Amino acid sequence: MIKSNAHRGAYIHIPFCDHICHYCDFNKVFMKNQPVDEYLDALAKEMQHYREDGLPETIYIGGGTPTALNEVQFERLFIDIQKNLVHSSVREFTVEANPESLNEEKLEIMKRFGVTRLSIGVQTFDDHLLQEIGRAHKSADAANAVKLAQTHGFDNVTLDLMFALPGQTETSLHESLERAIGLGTPHISIYSLQIEPKTIFYNRMRSGKLRLPGEDIEADMYGQIIFELEKHGLHHYEISNFAKPGYEGIHNSLYWQNEEYYGIGAGAHGYWKGVRYANAGPVKKYIERVHAHGHARTSEHPVTVTEKMEEEMFLGLRLMKGVSTSHFREKFGVPIDQIYGTQIARLQEEGLLTEHHGRLSLTRRGIFLGNNVFEAFITS
Amino acid sequence: MSENKDTRQAHIRNFSIIAHIDHGKSTLADRILEATQALTQREMKAQTLDAMDLERERGITIKLNAVELNYKAPNGETYIFHLIDTPGHVDFSYEVSRSLAACEGALLVVDAAQGVEAQTLANVYLALENNLEIIPVINKIDLPNADPERVKNEIEDVIGLDASDAVLASAKAGIGTDEILKQIIENIPAPSGDPNAPLQALIFDSLYDAYRGVVVYIRVVEGSVRVGDKIKMMANGKTFEVLEVGVSTPKIENREVLSVGDVGFLTASIKSVHDTQVGDTVTHAERPAAEPLPGYRKMNPMVYCGLYPIDTARYDDLREALGRLELNDSALQYEPETSEALGFGFRCGFLGLLHMDIVQERLEREFNIDLIATAPSVIYNVKLTDGSSVRVGNPSEMPERKFISEVEEPYVKATIMTPNDYVGAIMELCQRKRGEFKTMEYLDANRTNVIYDLPLSEIMFDFFDFLKSSTKGYASLDYEMDGYRVSDLLKMDILLNGEKVDALSVIVHQEFAYDRGKAIVEKLKELIPRQQFEVPIQAAIGQKIISRSTIKALRKNVLAKCYGGEVSRKRKLLEKQKEGKKRMKAVGSVEVPQEAFMAVFKMSHDD
Repeated sequence: MIKSNAHRGAYIHIPFCDHICHYCDFNKVFMKNQPVDEYLDALAKEMQHYREDGLPETIYIGGGTPTALNEVQFERLFIDIQKNLVHSSVREFTVEANPESLNEEKLEIMKRFGVTRLSIGVQTFDDHLLQEIGRAHKSADAANAVKLAQTHGFDNVTLDLMFALPGQTETSLHESLERAIGLGTPHISIYSLQIEPKTIFYNRMRSGKLRLPGEDIEADMYGQIIFELEKHGLHHYEISNFAKPGYEGIHNSLYWQNEEYYGIGAGAHGYWKGVRYANAGPVKKYIERVHAHGHARTSEHPVTVTEKMEEEMFLGLRLMKGVSTSHFREKFGVPIDQIYGTQIARLQEEGLLTEHHGRLSLTRRGIFLGNNVFEAFITS
Repeated sequence: MSENKDTRQAHIRNFSIIAHIDHGKSTLADRILEATQALTQREMKAQTLDAMDLERERGITIKLNAVELNYKAPNGETYIFHLIDTPGHVDFSYEVSRSLAACEGALLVVDAAQGVEAQTLANVYLALENNLEIIPVINKIDLPNADPERVKNEIEDVIGLDASDAVLASAKAGIGTDEILKQIIENIPAPSGDPNAPLQALIFDSLYDAYRGVVVYIRVVEGSVRVGDKIKMMANGKTFEVLEVGVSTPKIENREVLSVGDVGFLTASIKSVHDTQVGDTVTHAERPAAEPLPGYRKMNPMVYCGLYPIDTARYDDLREALGRLELNDSALQYEPETSEALGFGFRCGFLGLLHMDIVQERLEREFNIDLIATAPSVIYNVKLTDGSSVRVGNPSEMPERKFISEVEEPYVKATIMTPNDYVGAIMELCQRKRGEFKTMEYLDANRTNVIYDLPLSEIMFDFFDFLKSSTKGYASLDYEMDGYRVSDLLKMDILLNGEKVDALSVIVHQEFAYDRGKAIVEKLKELIPRQQFEVPIQAAIGQKIISRSTIKALRKNVLAKCYGGEVSRKRKLLEKQKEGKKRMKAVGSVEVPQEAFMAVFKMSHDD
């Protein structure tokens, strides 16, 4: 269960990929000819830098494609993490895995080093769509990867799915959801496709070659997702996240609860001692900076009280349980109404926000129009 | 002394440069400035005469400029050049005619590839009317597609000028500059005129300076003017005492006196540019000239639009900004108006669309006021059933149909110069735009002038874009006002969410009402983002709805992912969304973006 007391997490970024997906704008590079070993050296060094401030309760390795590392590199990463960050009270240790690069050997390594949770990048079970979005695996690979993980004792598996993909129909989405549910994982994340600059899809869209489903179908799909997953006991606890009770992601919840975490690795973002920071993005720059300074922070922004309150709202309201008004008062020393009374009243009037038992949360309509709600709390 | 003056007068050469936009006028001016060493290389900014940022960016001249240059000729004598810049756009053709009137000669710059264009032709005719000596310059001869021989023939066939001595030049590469300077000395006559006669000085421009009052740019035609003189503006009889006279080299240089042939400025504690109208004559109060110089004409706005601050609290700032621009722009007119949809703003009059664009851009850029501009409108003469008549420049003020006996709209005589191949396409376009065919002039083997009478409002609408696209950019347009005619015009209202939005009303011709209504409704549907509720859009004539469409309610607007705790990016996205809303205007309960108000006017060709 998610505990509401503050805890710290560590996010570790592996920016390497064997191929690049058409929608991806994360910090990533083709693995070939990259200084992977030097990168792992730098990660270890950066971990040492942050461990001095205390050890994390959650660890999350994301990418890129963490499983793109070969077995030797993969094990080496876990040895460094074990040495620097792992301790007896780690509550969650998640690793992102891609179906095509997850194998028994890597699963055994992860089991050995205390990984508790796997996040498998399925995206869709429609083979045609998988090809369209530039994924390297087939739907059968994804199903096999999940089963393989389960037979290796990973019952806490989450699937990453996508919707509103170019050419995706509601039938195709329905089939994907059924197959996902059929695998029996206790957690599913499902994100609507966002077209970001510097992606293949973005360029296709600009040249008019991308046929997206459009807002109406996207809204229908979102409704369908909530309905089907809830029906199977996966409750909707965050805009894009569904879980069986007790399996809500602890590390990700920390972002939404506006708590602190360190970000380790090229282009990683962190929030530490009241400062939001970003690391150098390019792999070589990152390595150089870690060797020069012990860390790779290139931008640092001390969060003002106003910003912190805004973030408390626009992050917290992503959670279906919403924001506790008494917690807000404790944290900031002022009643929420004194700061956001006008906005809250308007959003309630518009039917986007509701208050129950001392918690402000999105209405059903508000879930679909979340940005209209979040925006209201930005005062700048 | 007087002999010295005669010598000086004999060495003065006053000239302008006539060119179509992009044919290289400003670059040539820069080369002349360099050759006369008016500016060191270090001081040269590309296109020195175009002073405003906006002018340099758009590559056009808006305000006029005149510089005095000393040119030491190869024959050993030193000549005094006055180079007077001219605006290159049809909106400002009156100003062109006045600056030409201040000269004895003109360089006619024609692009070696593009050849003669309609606007060039119009300006050459203006120059010929003013008896100017014209020196043809064929520019950009270093371009790969240059064809100077063909262009020479065009100049002879189309304009009727002898082009055998035309200078082949490339202002960019500095080719031909010496030859141009030589021809200026040899071919352009020195100014005639009697330095002892009563003063006649032509005002060809003026600008407001916060410290000195209005700076009046003049060409002395007869007599002389010096500091301390009492002068009189012949158009309105107002008198002033001269504080400064001088020239721009282009640095400001004060003088004791400006005499016959001189082109320079004077200041006299004049508070308003409206006292110094372009084309007026300055004379001495005590010894006035018998007659003003010919050609003074008051400039009247041709198009009107409403300007409203998006942020209603900035109304006073907008008024102040318009006041400041007006100090420099005697053609700009404005008066307060109120719109139910937009609140308090101003109805502004402009010489044309370019002038309108420039004023809007300057308000936004120099004064930082976010504006909503309503679609431009011409002035309609409306005769009412009770026998009275009103002038209507704001469509929403058009009286109800039952009170109208007839509506007159302004027409122009449009001259379209085109390669012969496109004559058919142009005639089709003109017919579609309610044009009335007048005549066709065959200029040479390849080119034709097609002349139509057209409603001004149709030219404003999208005529120019269509003209360019249906002739691959080869045709060029010039037009002049040609009075008012009775037309079958109607007011069309636009309703958003059932509420009439006065700022979106337009006047349309009956025959096109249905199509325009449909196009506008569809365009608005595209431009107005989805709101939290469904918004019907309707076009109506009187009580009758002629077209409708619906903006569906917003259904999903929520960002999915918060990647690796990247909160700053999420924040930026929300800030951007919020900022976007600030640039919209709440009309009733509907958030309408700025550009939607112009949509009723600006439509792409596919519409």
